[in-house]
Parts: sequence; structure tokens; C-alpha cells
Amino acid sequence: MNLPRGLDSARPGGTPTIQRAAALCALLLVALLVNATRVQIFEASRYDDNPANRRQMIARYGAPRGDILVDGRAVTGSRDAGGMFRYERTYTDGPLFAPVTGFASQVYGTTMLEDTQDATLAGTDPDLAPFPLWNDVTRTRSSGGNVVTTLNGAAQRAAYQALGGRSGAVAAIEPSTGRILALVSAPSYDPGELSGSRDSVARAWERLNADAGKPMLNRAIRQTYPPGSTFKVVTAAAALDAGVVRDLDESTDSPDPYLLPGTTTRLTNEARGCEDASLRYAFEWSCNTVFAKLGFEVGLRNMTQAAERFGFNDQRLRIPFSVAQSTFERKLDGPQLALSSIGQFDTRATPLQMAMIAGAVAGDGSVSAPYLVDRTTTKSGDTVSATEPRTLRRAMSPATAAALREMMVNAVQEGTGQNAMIPGATVGGKTGTAQHGVGNSGTPYAWFISWAQADDAMEPGVAVAVVVEDAAGERGEISGGGDAAPIARSVMQAVLESQRGMGR
Amino acid sequence: MIEPGTPGLPGTRTETDDAPAPALRLPRRRGVEFALIVLAVLISMYGYCAVGLATQGTVPPGATRYGAGLGVLALLAHCAVRLRAPYADPLLLPIAVLLNGVGLVLIYRLDLETPGDRAAPTQLYWSTVGVALFIAVVLLLRHHRVLQRYTYVCVVAALALLTLPIFFPAVNGARIWLRIAGFSIQPGEFAKVLLAVFFAGYLAANRHALAYTGRRVWRLQLPTGRVLGPVVAIWLLSVGVLVLERDLGTSLLFFGLFVVLLYVATGRTGWIAVGLLLAVAGALAVGRLEPHVHARVADWLHPFASIDAGIGPNQLAQSLFAFAAGGALGTGLGLGHSILIGFAAKSDFILATAGEELGLAGLSALFLLYALLVERGYRAGLALRDPFGRLLAIGLASIVALQVFVIAGGVTGLIPLTGMAMPFLAQGGSSVVTNWIIVALLIRISDSARSQYDGTAVP
Repeated sequence: MNLPRGLDSARPGGTPTIQRAAALCALLLVALLVNATRVQIFEASRYDDNPANRRQMIARYGAPRGDILVDGRAVTGSRDAGGMFRYERTYTDGPLFAPVTGFASQVYGTTMLEDTQDATLAGTDPDLAPFPLWNDVTRTRSSGGNVVTTLNGAAQRAAYQALGGRSGAVAAIEPSTGRILALVSAPSYDPGELSGSRDSVARAWERLNADAGKPMLNRAIRQTYPPGSTFKVVTAAAALDAGVVRDLDESTDSPDPYLLPGTTTRLTNEARGCEDASLRYAFEWSCNTVFAKLGFEVGLRNMTQAAERFGFNDQRLRIPFSVAQSTFERKLDGPQLALSSIGQFDTRATPLQMAMIAGAVAGDGSVSAPYLVDRTTTKSGDTVSATEPRTLRRAMSPATAAALREMMVNAVQEGTGQNAMIPGATVGGKTGTAQHGVGNSGTPYAWFISWAQADDAMEPGVAVAVVVEDAAGERGEISGGGDAAPIARSVMQAVLESQRGMGR
Repeated sequence: MIEPGTPGLPGTRTETDDAPAPALRLPRRRGVEFALIVLAVLISMYGYCAVGLATQGTVPPGATRYGAGLGVLALLAHCAVRLRAPYADPLLLPIAVLLNGVGLVLIYRLDLETPGDRAAPTQLYWSTVGVALFIAVVLLLRHHRVLQRYTYVCVVAALALLTLPIFFPAVNGARIWLRIAGFSIQPGEFAKVLLAVFFAGYLAANRHALAYTGRRVWRLQLPTGRVLGPVVAIWLLSVGVLVLERDLGTSLLFFGLFVVLLYVATGRTGWIAVGLLLAVAGALAVGRLEPHVHARVADWLHPFASIDAGIGPNQLAQSLFAFAAGGALGTGLGLGHSILIGFAAKSDFILATAGEELGLAGLSALFLLYALLVERGYRAGLALRDPFGRLLAIGLASIVALQVFVIAGGVTGLIPLTGMAMPFLAQGGSSVVTNWIIVALLIRISDSARSQYDGTAVP
């Protein structure tokens, strides 16, 4: 006989069946609590970081972004567009500063300073908080901090205007510190078009990417060009440092035309008087034959080392965003070495790299690390971090640098670079006209690299490199001296004037 | 003679052997209830203000009106309890007020994100209807045993309510709505209470037959065919609901409720075995055949499959993101982004907003409030002596427990997601009204349970 077990049980404190049903409910509660803990505590960071989770994006655009400053004035801004991703980036003179600022798009991410300084601008940098761990404890974000650039607004503007719509790039640095004073790429684009999440953003993106002029390409640092004759500065430095040439005015004993070593290929000159010319004359008039022969005599090992001391074959250069590697081949035969020594064959350089070469000549032979961010600050202007200038390498001896300064000044005063002369300042420069394309069929690139020292200054205040891709006009008329030198002069003038204004 | 229940005044009572001991009178605890109701209203008002301060920087203009509205409703309910159910459990009403108040806050908060679709005023309106029905039940239903007379009326009414929506168009894949004159009513919600009454009545009458007849196979006592009939009928009903109305949650709830009550009434584990077998068989068959249910199970197993497929996070993934964003302490009211869940953020997924903005701490507090509500229901059931009352109390409490588990487990990824309303919290008129009726019935039962020990109130 079964005893009553169900409802009729008269045991004090209830019946076992009710107790077991209650235990089931308690079990369900525990299951819910354990699972909630799993989701909210243990799996939380994994879910937070899921790319489909839009909360990080919402937080990112929930407050105005910090600004990028040029000459103490913001060249960026934020606009409250409402909606889920509230604040959109705005740019004053967007195309002018685009190679420096890059864009900050809700849809397409960030580039350039907007990218590398994102933690500061977006307020996620823990150093922006008043106390360590402050943001973690209060679950807040710091206001976006500001990025103070090294740019010289006047120089930037002068470079952009002087390019006048032609494809090309300008890089200017302060030789003694490596501060980047101008970084221009043309044609450019307005990064403001990519801000926000409207339909027009996608259309702008499509259009900019399809544009044959490649407006979003940062030519000053991301495009390499054959440097042409401007590379002769490196070859001259290598020849002097290696002792191949001891006297600037001594004959180099070079034939004209020059037969590339071991071949019957004749190398000729645009200029006259290159046969047995001195290094000074050859540099002044850009004799290909002399420098091809010198490069070959210096030898592959010494040439490569010299180029690498100036910064070639360096993949790690950051300003703080990455710079494309300038290349000087390490494996070359005789004819290739001769051609490479006049900036042809596979020798390629970014405009910034060429500005660093001019800067090394101006700066007594040492290459300063170029940088764009002077310091980062909190929203209210307190400095969070500051960049200290540093020397990358010694590219040549001070004596060689002095000799090169002399030759570059000669080239401007008497030779190919006369368009770069500035009253009241000493200017040294080197022109270049680089052939490219299959069978050298492309419109040549016009180069000019130079530095300038105001007459009342202690040291050169600016070094600049200019490349013009599609210099308008007939092929024969395109030259570094004609197309690129005037642009360099505008930039150098702008820098010297603003430095004089600052009491230097 | 000293009137029973009147405490002797200290110092005046004579300590003599022949003085009759005063009859034990249970404290009524209505003052506690009042204090807790005030607290519940204040917490809700605080939440309302916090939302306004966080999103707009000011206390919302309607804060006093909102507080007064909720306060008056709670006070009226409290007066009805004082009048007609003075021994009722003092925790039931404050918990209901707090949950309803928090629900209104959460819906108001989500309304700010959807300016075109304001649900909080409607919810307040339905809460008023719910409290009115609560008062009506407390005032008019003099004793829960009256309901036992209507056992079979209830089942017929429940079946009618469940069948009605089949003739109306499906909304979001489920045929559970009646649209009449601009109002959407979910009859299945009301059917829950009616079925609980039916189960309690049926099982109270037939529990012996179910417990002591039938064959014994190995260690299981199997029921005879005659008593098995109604059980199979209920099973068919829940499967029918599932298939015809595509409402997995309600189906699960009905069947779970029946199995729990069957076990409580008979104490037969055999019933649980039979119930589980039928449930598994039904679930497997329907899961295979019904794409709607099948998709829910697939989502549960792989909540991020749609992200991997490149079509963005589905609702369950968004819900999990919301809970994760809340962490331990939450973002604070008004500062989360649970609106990303999109459709049904205010109803089925309301718990995700609580999880994100109040954190694990707030979520656990809500779970514990529900647990307390269920526990008070079970306690009333334990204290009662009549089987119908016991089963009814446990049935009603189990409805709350199962419903909370099914929907909370669903939105947190513990079990497959089924569309169901979080009691009191979620947007939905039928659900709020039904839950107020459930609380009214529990108040009535707990009043009977506690007053039966009191000499002054013999039922």
C-alpha cells in the first residue's frame, strides 16, 4: 500500500512534492544567474570586441574628436550630425592638409595622423585621463586631445599653390631637428567628403578611388620616383667619403660619352664640357658621365652603404605614419651600378627621402629623424607627450657636407638651379630630370632638392624636395630647374620669412 | 473575557494562573506593505529621473505626474488589500508595484530612442486597467475556493481564447494576436490564468485516480488509459498551440505548468517521465517540421552565425552584446544602446535594456524580485490546507517562474529564444493585466492561508 505522498501529506513544513517543485524553481533561478554572469562578466570582453557590435563605434563618435593643429590653429573640426554616430569630422583647407591629416570616416576608417594619433584624438589614450585608471573606474572617455603638428602653414600653402594643380609632391623639413614643415601631394582631395555615414560618403569614396589622378595617394611619402640627377648628391658624398675624389676642382678623368662598364652602351650628357670635368663643374652642370663613372669607381659596397646612411632601404621610417621604402639595389652589375649612381635603373626615392638628403647636407652631414607631431595635448592644452628631435644616422663626414653645400650653392648661383635663388639668403640646390616608363617614354619627372639659410641665421633653416610628375609643356623643356626649382623657392621663402618673423 | 487578538496592556494584565491565554493573532503586516510600496514608487521615480538626467540633463517634466500616477494606483490597490485581504502576504503587492514601475521606466527610456513610437503612456494605461482588475478581484472574489466551481468553464474559455487568434493574421510569424478596434490583445496571456484554475480544479478532484491506478512497469507506475486521456489532451493542446500559432513559449509554459502541477498533485515520478517523453517527442517533431521553431534553435546554437555570414548581427546577438556591455554595474539608465536590438526591444527583449543599463547587479536584483514573488506564492500554497488552493497557488507562482525562465533564458542565450513577455516589465497590455490578476489571486490565497490560523477570521 502506498502511503500518501502528494498533496495530502500532513508532514509539518509542507509536502515533499511542493518542496521539490520549489527546488526546481530555485534551480531555474540559479541557472539564470550563472548564465547572466557568464554573459555579462566572462564573455563580456569577447562580445564587446565583436566587430558587429556597434557600441565601440557609437562611443567613438559620441563626442567631438580632438583637433589637429597647424601654427596653433585647428585645421580640423567636429560637426554634430545627430544620429547614431553623432560627430562627423570637418576640415578647413581639407585638400591642402590631407597628406598630413588623412581622413577620419565613420565608414572607411582613418589614415595618416587621424590614424596614428587616433588614441589621442578619440580620447582613448589613458594618459589623457586626470588619474590612472580614471576612465576604467568611471566608465567614461576622456575628451579628445589635440595633436600639435610641426607644419608651417605658410610653407604648406606656398607649396600647394606653387604646384598649381600639377601632379607632384613637396616635402620640407627643418635640417637641424627633422621637423616636417610642409608635406604636400597634388592632386589632393577633401577628406571631409568621407566623414559621416551619408550616402554621399560612399559615392565620394567610389569617385576618389576611380580617379585616374589618384588624389588619395600621398605622393610625398607613399610614392617612390626615380630621383634622377638629384641622387648625384649621394654619389658625390660617397665619392668624397670613400676618397675616390679628393679635390673638388681636380679633373675626374672622365670620357664623354661614357661607355657603361663592360658594354658598348654610350652614356651622354645634356650639358657641355663634361669631358674630364672637375667634380664641382660636373655637379654644377649635372654631368651624367662623370657621376656614372664615379659611382662605378666607388663600388657597389660603398655606394650601397652611402645610400643606406642617407635612409635608402629603410622600411621602418615613421613620421609617425609609415613612409614607403626608398630603394637602392644591393645586387647590381657594373652598368647597373653606373646607372643607379645617376638616380636611374631601379633607384627610387620618396620626396621626403630626398628632402632628408638635402637636410643632411644642410645639417653638417647627419640625418635627423623627420617627424610631424610636435606634441599631443589634452583638450584644454596641457601637454601629454612631446617629440624630442633625434638624429637617425651620420650620412657623411662634416667636411664632405661642407663640400656638398659649396657645390649645391654653386649649382644655384651659376648652374642648373638658378630659379631657386632667394635674395637675402644662401640657397644650395640640385636639379633632376628623371626618365621613366618603358623605353623612357613617359613624361619625365622634374626634381629639385635644396636648402636655404637666411643671411642672418646661424644654420640652414629649411631643406626641401620637390617633384613634378606631369610638368606641362614639351618633353624637352621639362627640367628640375625650370619646373621644380621655383616651387622649392616659394616654400623656402615662406619658411625663412616666418622664421625671421619669430625673431631668428 | 478578553477579546481575542487584543493585546493585554503591559502592566495592567494580572499575572494569575486562571487568566485565559489570549488567542494567538497573526500580525497583519499592512504597515510593512505600505512602507514597501512607498519605497517601490520612490525607486521607480528615481529611475525615471535618472533617465532624464542622463539623456537630457534635466529631470523629466512629467516626473511628478508619473510618480503620482504610479503612487495612486499602488495606494488604491493597497486600500483594497487592507479592506478585503488584511492577512495577505505583505511582499506580493510591493514587488508587483516595483516591477511594474521599473518596467515603465525602461519603456520610457527606450521611447526616447524611438520618437515616433511612444509605448510608455499605453503601458501606464494598461497598468491602470491591470490594477483596476486587481482591485476588482480582491474586492469581489471573497474566497479562492469559489473558483473551483468553474473548473470546466475555465478550460472551455481558455480553449476558446487560444483558438481565436488562429482566425486572425499572423504577426511576425506568430498567430497570437487579436486586433480589435486598434487594440492588440494576446488572448493566450489570459488563458494562462484560466488553465491554472482548470489544472488546479481537475487535479484536486482526480489526484487519487491519477496517483493510485494503473500498471507498474519496472519502477514506474504508469497511469491507466482512462486518466491518461486528459493528459494527452493537454499535450495535444500545447502542440496545437505551437504548430497553429507558432508560439513556442506559450506551448512550453502550458506543458511545464501541467507537468509541475501533476507531479505536485500525485507525487508520481512516472508522470514526469511520461511528460518529459511527450515533451521531447513533441519538440523534436515540431523542431524538424516547423521552420520558425527550427530557426530559433539554430540561432540559439550559433548566435553569431548571421555575422559570419555577413548579414549583420541578429536580435539574439544584439541582445548578448547589450548584456555584455552592461558588465557588472551597468552603463547607467539612459546610457546604453540596447535599442540596437531593434524590433521588440521594449517587449521580448526588455531585459537586455535592464542588463545593459543596470548591469549584472540590477539584473540579479530583478531575478531575485521574481524569485521572491514565486517563493511567496509557494509559501501561500504550503500554508493552505485545501488541495485546490494549494495547487492554484503553486500553479500561479509556477507560471511566473516558468515564464521568467523561458524569456530570460531566451534573451541571455541559455535556451532557444521564444517570444514571451517578461512579467510586469515588458511592453504589452494583455501581459500586464494578466500578471496583476495573478498577483490578485495570490493575495487572495495568501490571505486565506494566513487567516485560517487566526481565530478571528474563520473562512
